[in-house]
Amino acid sequence: MKNLRLTIDKITGNVFLIFTLLATVTVILIGAGLYYKSAPILHSNSLSSLLLSAEWKPFKSSFGFLSYIAGTLSITAIAIIIALPISLLTGIYLSEYAHAKVKRALLPPIDLLSGIPPVIYGVWGVLIIVPFVQEKIAVHFVEFSSGYSTLAGGIVLAIMIIPLIISILLEVFSTIPDGLREASLSVGATKWETIKFVVLKKSMPGIIAAVVLAISRAFGETIAVLMVCGNIPEIPHSIFDSCYPLPALIANNYGEMLSVPMYESALMLAAFILFIIIFLFNAISRIILYRLERSSN
Amino acid sequence: MTTEKPHISVKNLNVHIDGNHILKNISIDIPDKKVTSFIGPSGCGKTTLLKTFNRLLDRQGNVEITGQVLVDGEDLYSPDTEVTHIRKKMGLLSQRPFPLPMNIYDNVAYGARIHGQRDKKELDRIVEHYLRGVSLWDEVKDRLKDPATRLSIGQQQRLCLARGLAVEPEIILGDEPTSALDPVSTQRIEELFLELKDKYTLVLVTHILRQARRVSDYIVFIYMGEIIEFGTTEEVLLNPREKLTKDYVKGYIS
Repeated sequence: MKNLRLTIDKITGNVFLIFTLLATVTVILIGAGLYYKSAPILHSNSLSSLLLSAEWKPFKSSFGFLSYIAGTLSITAIAIIIALPISLLTGIYLSEYAHAKVKRALLPPIDLLSGIPPVIYGVWGVLIIVPFVQEKIAVHFVEFSSGYSTLAGGIVLAIMIIPLIISILLEVFSTIPDGLREASLSVGATKWETIKFVVLKKSMPGIIAAVVLAISRAFGETIAVLMVCGNIPEIPHSIFDSCYPLPALIANNYGEMLSVPMYESALMLAAFILFIIIFLFNAISRIILYRLERSSN
Repeated sequence: MTTEKPHISVKNLNVHIDGNHILKNISIDIPDKKVTSFIGPSGCGKTTLLKTFNRLLDRQGNVEITGQVLVDGEDLYSPDTEVTHIRKKMGLLSQRPFPLPMNIYDNVAYGARIHGQRDKKELDRIVEHYLRGVSLWDEVKDRLKDPATRLSIGQQQRLCLARGLAVEPEIILGDEPTSALDPVSTQRIEELFLELKDKYTLVLVTHILRQARRVSDYIVFIYMGEIIEFGTTEEVLLNPREKLTKDYVKGYIS
């Protein structure tokens, strides 16, 4: 009986290890699979013509991904520029200022926001945001915009990642011990000074982690964005131009036109590029976080 | 009970937290430039009483405070009292040290900067003066730019004391300030308290009777939210009038 308990104890750890490895191996397999599928185009076209050219003419075998990469990066950038200040101020309010009752009333709707399916955000974007951008904003800046634009995509995406950032920020702020706030208040600092010099400073690694997660999520968001961004494969020159992000390219075209030579391989390369962007982004932010944590301890 | 001039006067203070009556009709005069210790079993309300003095208690929701707390004759709970002004008058030392997320120098300079001191030379002087005051200067003078979290816990607590003293308070509040410290660090903090009482009024919460005896001039015994006995250290610890105090001092109730 005693031996059985010890045996089970030994097995459990290893079983858990297997499942952990499964997740890790999956990432490697996906990366390898995407590379394998995009290998033909990587061999036939030069890397510079694929990444640094914006010419997309599948029938002439020219596959320049630059406009798609630019579309993905600019939509994500707009989304985070809009979402971060809003989420930060909301997070600070809910964590530091709001009474428990107010917090209980305000938090569920914000959580609900993150539960709405992306396609509904897309429809809502088409009905509200696209005309709003066209009629209320773009007219002041450019001669013509259809409203289906980088800005519309960025706004819809921002609204989708705001609840994610808020909920992570609240988690981060709640780990700051109250004694630290009291230490600052007790020398006569105001609430805002305490937030600025102590709470936000101490939370900086967590805030960065929240932004990283939100950006990673934003890179890959497909359906809501493709419904409002116009899907024209050109580098957007202003935020009122249409753009065509990588996930939209894949979702719109995979399964069609696959008789065109290299087309499937090109779409797989699009997926591979997206994979690499997210991978690099995560790696860089991990390095920043590591540096930050080391310098503050 | 005492003939000394009071620094903090509490009058008919009642505190309810989440509907529970935590402090019941507290009235007490805390003498100027003496060490007064609050003793009593866990949960008796001694920390709550301490936190009413610098208005940290009413930060949290669902706290109801009635009665008066007068510091130098000024009512802390009157609507036109400025909270930052009161808190500046009182240094706080908590159960475990909370160094601010910045370097050693900035920790001590924090309060002075908040209150408008910009002059670099004056800040240097303040930092050195108060770090010397808590006998930490020689240990940290070569690494003032290091994060404060790299100090040992005992050093951190002395740093927090220096940070509190640097805004020139009149009162020092200690909420079991040695409970996280080793015996040597505890002894240093206690020695500092004895030095500080010439210039400051000290109010300590402690559950260590020997500590109360070593450092305090007056002792307040609190039980179930009420003050049972208040007197000089000798009176309360050696010659208690009340049976409850006697039982607590002898260790029958804890």
